[in-house]
Amino acid sequence: MAALTREETEALIAEVLEVYPEKAHKDRKKHLMVNDKTLESSKKCITSNRKSLPGVMTMRGCAYAGSKGVVWGPIKDMVSISHGPIGCGQYARAGRRNYYVGTTGVDAFCEINFTSDFQEKDIVFGGDKKLARLIQEVEQLFPLNKGISVQSECPIGLIGDDIEAVSKKAAAEIGKPVVPVRCEGFRGVSQSLGHHIANDSVRDWILSNRDGRPFEKTPYDVAILGDYNIGGDAWASRILLEEMGLRVVAQWSGDGTLPEMENTPNVKLNLLHCYRSMNYISRHMEEKYGIPWREYNFFGPTKIKESLRGIASFFDDRIKEGAERVIEKYTPMMEAVIAKYRPRLEGKKVMLYVGGLRPRHVVGAYEDLGMEVIGTGYEFAHNDDYDRTIKDMGEATLIYDDVTGYEFEKFVDAMKPDLIGSGIKEKYVFHKLGVPFRQLHSWDYSGPYHGVDGFAIFARDMDMTLNNPCWKKMTPPWLKKTEQPEEAEKAAA
Amino acid sequence: MANIMIRENPAGGLVFYLPKRDLEADIQSIEFDGPDKWGGELKLENGGSYYIDPIPRPARLPISVRARRLGAAED
Repeated sequence: MAALTREETEALIAEVLEVYPEKAHKDRKKHLMVNDKTLESSKKCITSNRKSLPGVMTMRGCAYAGSKGVVWGPIKDMVSISHGPIGCGQYARAGRRNYYVGTTGVDAFCEINFTSDFQEKDIVFGGDKKLARLIQEVEQLFPLNKGISVQSECPIGLIGDDIEAVSKKAAAEIGKPVVPVRCEGFRGVSQSLGHHIANDSVRDWILSNRDGRPFEKTPYDVAILGDYNIGGDAWASRILLEEMGLRVVAQWSGDGTLPEMENTPNVKLNLLHCYRSMNYISRHMEEKYGIPWREYNFFGPTKIKESLRGIASFFDDRIKEGAERVIEKYTPMMEAVIAKYRPRLEGKKVMLYVGGLRPRHVVGAYEDLGMEVIGTGYEFAHNDDYDRTIKDMGEATLIYDDVTGYEFEKFVDAMKPDLIGSGIKEKYVFHKLGVPFRQLHSWDYSGPYHGVDGFAIFARDMDMTLNNPCWKKMTPPWLKKTEQPEEAEKAAA
Repeated sequence: MANIMIRENPAGGLVFYLPKRDLEADIQSIEFDGPDKWGGELKLENGGSYYIDPIPRPARLPISVRARRLGAAED
């Protein structure tokens, strides 16, 4: 039952790395580590945010994905134009399931693919005129949009179009913010730089738009940053915050609006869920407006309680009492979920490989259900993420950065987890290997998983996947006899 | 020269942040810590050191300043 020991894990890493040529071996070795909780900094043990190795399968995205797909895309009343050839916009369209309230095509635009559809002549002669025309067309067709962002795809940077000039001109013409975002896909090593670029463009073009304008403040104003409302996550979080007496002024950016974002400098505290994609803007607001920020984690009862109390500590007794009241109110609900699912999930082992915050944030939720996370890793984390991960993970667990397809399969093969949580690119590989799998980027078309309501759904989904009878039918009948009795027993169990 | 940000951690100590490298480290010592002269050499807990031109002590942290790297902490 117990996970591998430190020596065994180290041996496994060495074994997996053996097949690589010398140079690749040297490079990949730096991205794999065995967790040591005593470490203060991950710097010496794991290298992250480096270019992926040519020739391996990486699951990373690009800067455009980080900017359009993650940060800008979910702002519901803004039109995000995918400026460039049609594919990037089409395949990034609505894939993350950022839920919102609104009428698509009238006052909300997340699910529509706006693109300049670059052709050869646009590359040869430049696309600036087309962009200007496109913005006019958007304004004419969708007059209720609150602003427009221009998300550059690779060719824009390559041919040197001046989208800033077009945007400035267009903004003056239509009287709304038009934000040029230089998030060409080739920038950086992963989507992570796209988050940074998107944050910087929010800072430069949006954040100070309403400075000096009157705003009715309360002492309990907060903003939710880095919650993209996947499957309704932000709503499940918001309920808890409002119930404890806080006023949520803005949601960045799931189900968020441009006016909300512009009003964010008025809040008392920024609540940061996805550290990786929004720490930049939090730090900026801390410096410019003196707004403190706090990371929180709404996955699973333990972390929810911890986070609610932590958030309340920034406010007066009214909020502190509110937090206790909320905890008291929901504890029976959460205990009922644990009582129902823990017996079915107890002792199961999980391996994770996700994006910005989940490899460490969901660990608490799994532990509440009696499950153990034996391996985790990020696609695009930086060292500060791993610093935080070391604390959350168990001793001697495996940590992998930008894991390659081959390594991940090998690790799963050796460590035999009962459940894998990762993305769509890995899902069917592991299904075919007969390992239960949850797609943790968009909650496998379920959700929300945040908050108290989310925890019930999370537990149900994990149970549904793990204890699904289909996993017992993985061996075809004609192979059953040749199987070792031990394995047959396991399959039947 | 790099843009860095200095902020306060909950314990009251100073934290150094280098956005370009996502490097966050506690500042162990600051050369000048007076009201009129604040800055100079910053020694970080990760072994690195940076130099910022002394300025009057900022009224509020965090503050973004230009810094020069003196000793290599990172690769």
